[in-house]
Amino acid sequence: MIVFVVRRIAGLVAVLFGISVLTFLIFFSVPGIDPTRAFAGRNPTPQTIAAVRHQFGLDRSKPVQYVLMMKRIFITRDLVSYGNTALKVVPAIWQAAPVTFSLVFGAAAIWIVFSIATGVLAVVFKGTVLDPLLMIFALIGISMPVFWLGEVANLITQDKLHHTFLFSWVPPLGYTPLTQDPWQWFLHLIIPWLTLSVLYIGFYARVLRANLLEVEHEDYVRTARAKGLSERQILLRHMLRTSLIPFVSLFGLDFGVLVGGGALLTEVVFGLPGVGLLTYQSLVNLDLPVIMATVIYGAFFITIASALVDILYARLDPRIRFT
Amino acid sequence: MTSVNGKQVAVIQQGGGKLGLGETPIGPTWQWNYLLGADQQGRDVAARVLYGGRASLEIGIGSALICSVVAVLFALLAGFFGGWTDTLISRVMDLIWAFPVYLLAISLSTVLLTQSQIKIGFVTVDQSSLWVPTLIIAAIYVPYVFRPVRGQVLSVREKEYVEASISQGASNLRLMFDEILPNALPTVVVMLPLMIATTILTESALSFLSIGVQPPNASWGTIIDDGQDLLYTRPMVAIAPGVMIVLTVLALNLLGDGVRDALDPRAKVRAR
Repeated sequence: MIVFVVRRIAGLVAVLFGISVLTFLIFFSVPGIDPTRAFAGRNPTPQTIAAVRHQFGLDRSKPVQYVLMMKRIFITRDLVSYGNTALKVVPAIWQAAPVTFSLVFGAAAIWIVFSIATGVLAVVFKGTVLDPLLMIFALIGISMPVFWLGEVANLITQDKLHHTFLFSWVPPLGYTPLTQDPWQWFLHLIIPWLTLSVLYIGFYARVLRANLLEVEHEDYVRTARAKGLSERQILLRHMLRTSLIPFVSLFGLDFGVLVGGGALLTEVVFGLPGVGLLTYQSLVNLDLPVIMATVIYGAFFITIASALVDILYARLDPRIRFT
Repeated sequence: MTSVNGKQVAVIQQGGGKLGLGETPIGPTWQWNYLLGADQQGRDVAARVLYGGRASLEIGIGSALICSVVAVLFALLAGFFGGWTDTLISRVMDLIWAFPVYLLAISLSTVLLTQSQIKIGFVTVDQSSLWVPTLIIAAIYVPYVFRPVRGQVLSVREKEYVEASISQGASNLRLMFDEILPNALPTVVVMLPLMIATTILTESALSFLSIGVQPPNASWGTIIDDGQDLLYTRPMVAIAPGVMIVLTVLALNLLGDGVRDALDPRAKVRAR
């Protein structure tokens, strides 16, 4: 186990280094790109260009530039936004992170419950109309762009129907911190949670159904049947448990990706001031320091999260340690 | 197919100076010119959706094809030669794989969009060209195709007919393209419809974030972005292109399931 953990952490460090180099290369040395122009925003004056060149150390060699940049992002944390020099990028990211976490945690809880229910129902009613019907709904869920679904949700809950009893409880777009008012926090987030979870409910339900059907012919299921267990016990105690193993590793990955930037589109549509919205606002102005910092922090979060999931997984399932 | 024929439809109707509320209709209507109503500037939404579909489909299909070709070439090289070639290519692919798709696309797009023209060697690409999003989307999905194809190449390489061909003195190129490639291709064909579905969704997301297709071009994603500001006054501007995306992607997903069931016997057993 210790050997596995050490090896995994060594791999993690290598990947983190690789990601930081790759990001650096994208922002500073894509062929045909002048990084000074990139960092100076749209239509810069010659003075801005000279200032930017010096500020980012672009007059020095590439390895020095890399070290300088990483120092400003991780150690001194004094990277400032191009458009608004009062905005320090790294503290802004930390401030926005709880919003993103709130959004993703809630959505994750919803999609786990609903996807397991849908997948199990589809298997229970296999051979009837319900199974293909559920799977078609799941496929439609996968096919919908989340930002469009969010706009449709806004149209339904904020427009004319908002004045009826159905949706009069929905607050205007925005966010209230959990510590300030838990009930308002919940009301503000419920529609974004549902919107974000639709895609994953569809996807996970399909995966779970396929896994359940795959283990149906395993020996231990036959043994359980021969012992005279009820179908319900076989499905929930025996089949579902093994089918959840790939489900858990998928979940770890998707959760990391969402926190690390995947929730961007949902945050934009619902005006939630998370890391994604911060990135989006800088996208509109092509504010590269902010984008680069959020990208690096997001990628780091995802990589570290997936390493943790792997270690946890090896703890749960000893077979993995030796592969 | 209707999207492709959008070429023949006029995009800007002559409003005769009559724009705005009460003058240009809010969709849907029965007027021939404005089946889905007009947007703020009096442009017919239906025509824009058809035009936008052209860009969305071009980028979606184009990037999926480019991505597959590049991934297959690398997979052939890595799988056939093995050794340090394989290690080098696979490590680079692993690194891109570890980078989250959207973050990579956002970084590449923003950096390229800050330049008015992109010069690579002799080629100069305009910043608003459709090639920019196409190539970016193609690049970020390469590892996702590379991995399974490389695995396939590795297993095909050990087959008897490849050995037979070697004994007949076939050159490396001949082995790679005549013997191994045809047997590794089904893996790509099975993935292609799902790839196109994914690339279309990615394109719409990037365009929605204003870093995909640039004006004057339009795609379904950019029209939804326009529609965000008009959501409560002219809802059709946002709804119509979204419905088109859902229908297209749903059709591609169904096609993908069908192709997989037809070509991959193992998956067929599982699906039953």
